[in-house]
Amino acid sequence: MTTGDPLIVLDGVNKWFGPLHVLDDVSLSVGRGEVVVVIGPSGSGKSTLCRAINRLEPINDGTITFDGQPLPAEGKPLAKLRSEVGMVFQSFNLFAHKSILENVTLGPVKVRKEKPAAARERGLALLDRVGIANQADKYPAQLSGGQQQRAAIARALAMQPKAMLFDEPTSALDPEMVGEVLDVMTSLARDGMTMVVVTHEMGFARHAANRVIFMADGKLVEDAPPAEFFANPRSERAKDFLSKILTH
Amino acid sequence: MHVFADPTNLDAYLSGFLWILKLTGASAVLALVLGVLLAAFRVSPVPVLRGVGAAWVNIFRNTPLTLIIFFCYFGLFTTLGLTLSDDLDQNNYWLGVVGLSVYTAAFVCEAVRSGINTVPPGQAEAARAIGLTFFQTLRIVVLPQAGRAVVAPLGSVLIALCKNATIVGTIGLIEASSVMKDLINSNGDAVIAIFAVFAGTFAALLIPTGYFFGWLANRLAVKR
Repeated sequence: MTTGDPLIVLDGVNKWFGPLHVLDDVSLSVGRGEVVVVIGPSGSGKSTLCRAINRLEPINDGTITFDGQPLPAEGKPLAKLRSEVGMVFQSFNLFAHKSILENVTLGPVKVRKEKPAAARERGLALLDRVGIANQADKYPAQLSGGQQQRAAIARALAMQPKAMLFDEPTSALDPEMVGEVLDVMTSLARDGMTMVVVTHEMGFARHAANRVIFMADGKLVEDAPPAEFFANPRSERAKDFLSKILTH
Repeated sequence: MHVFADPTNLDAYLSGFLWILKLTGASAVLALVLGVLLAAFRVSPVPVLRGVGAAWVNIFRNTPLTLIIFFCYFGLFTTLGLTLSDDLDQNNYWLGVVGLSVYTAAFVCEAVRSGINTVPPGQAEAARAIGLTFFQTLRIVVLPQAGRAVVAPLGSVLIALCKNATIVGTIGLIEASSVMKDLINSNGDAVIAIFAVFAGTFAALLIPTGYFFGWLANRLAVKR
């Protein structure tokens, strides 16, 4: 296993949505270069966990540190931290009023104050890497879901992040487009990107993950290498979950 | 139309509407700036700013404009001694602009805020996730997309502002409605005609304004 020093550390994290305990004393450490896949039934808190790491969801209790620093509260320091953590959403969330290339260069130019020409050059290289360089001047609504999601990955990569968070990146895609997005993610994993991936794609978990985290009812139930987890789940909840999704 | 054939009356009519246009123009600019700022306050993550925005809207949206304009004259000017110009007309004009602006800003704020709410929350989340600050997110990502939803109601606010400008007549500025009252007092035989001319002039100014904002809203539409 490739576990460097810890980059993302959650310690005793709790979060409630009203009476609902969505994160129940979650502790987790993600090493540099590690790929952690988070799976679990819907409502288990896995998306909330992912979104808590860049504080899109504030937590009620516990600590989250990124690269040795505790997550700052609102304001400039938080914006700076977020610029170092790429995030890919289920519904892509490309800026609807900007072209694909503008989506990718916006962060580098506005946040990092890079020269537009340099940002443009790197943006085009990134779009080429995810296979949609020929769509650079189109608007998000003109692209297929798979293309939009690959553009969203390029947008996150343009910030040269230290880690990438994926919140169910293929759940909103037509089945024939899932592969093209997973290919991009697999190549990122192979290049040593630190990744936290919330997904239902068990194939991706098997071949690209270093560890699989299984969550249920806001608790982190299992944490094991994929081969071990899929062959020998220890908890009843995980056995039940796997039997439901793997028999089809 | 013998009333408006008299050059003195025609001048009064023209200068009355000139005041209306000047009141509308200056107040529109101030109310827009103030209203957008207040809307930003109301959606900001800082509780104090949200409180200021909400208080402003609740106070000024629920106070009759006549009271606000009276307060600007009798409160700010007569009692507190706030003089905005040494010229009497100019002073009344600017007091009117202050009153119209603070009042209209409350409506601009709510129009902008409801427009902001039409932009899917994922847009702001994605903007924050790449490290844009709150105000950058608003300025670069959210407000440009709120355009379509904001522009049409802002057109209505502008139209209301233009008609509301007649209330400044109550503190002594001889704007259109004051001119109309004077003309009616001295021309009892042409009351209906005078009404029709003033109403028609407002309609001629405002109907194209409404269409312009409708056209602008379509231009600014963002494809999803």
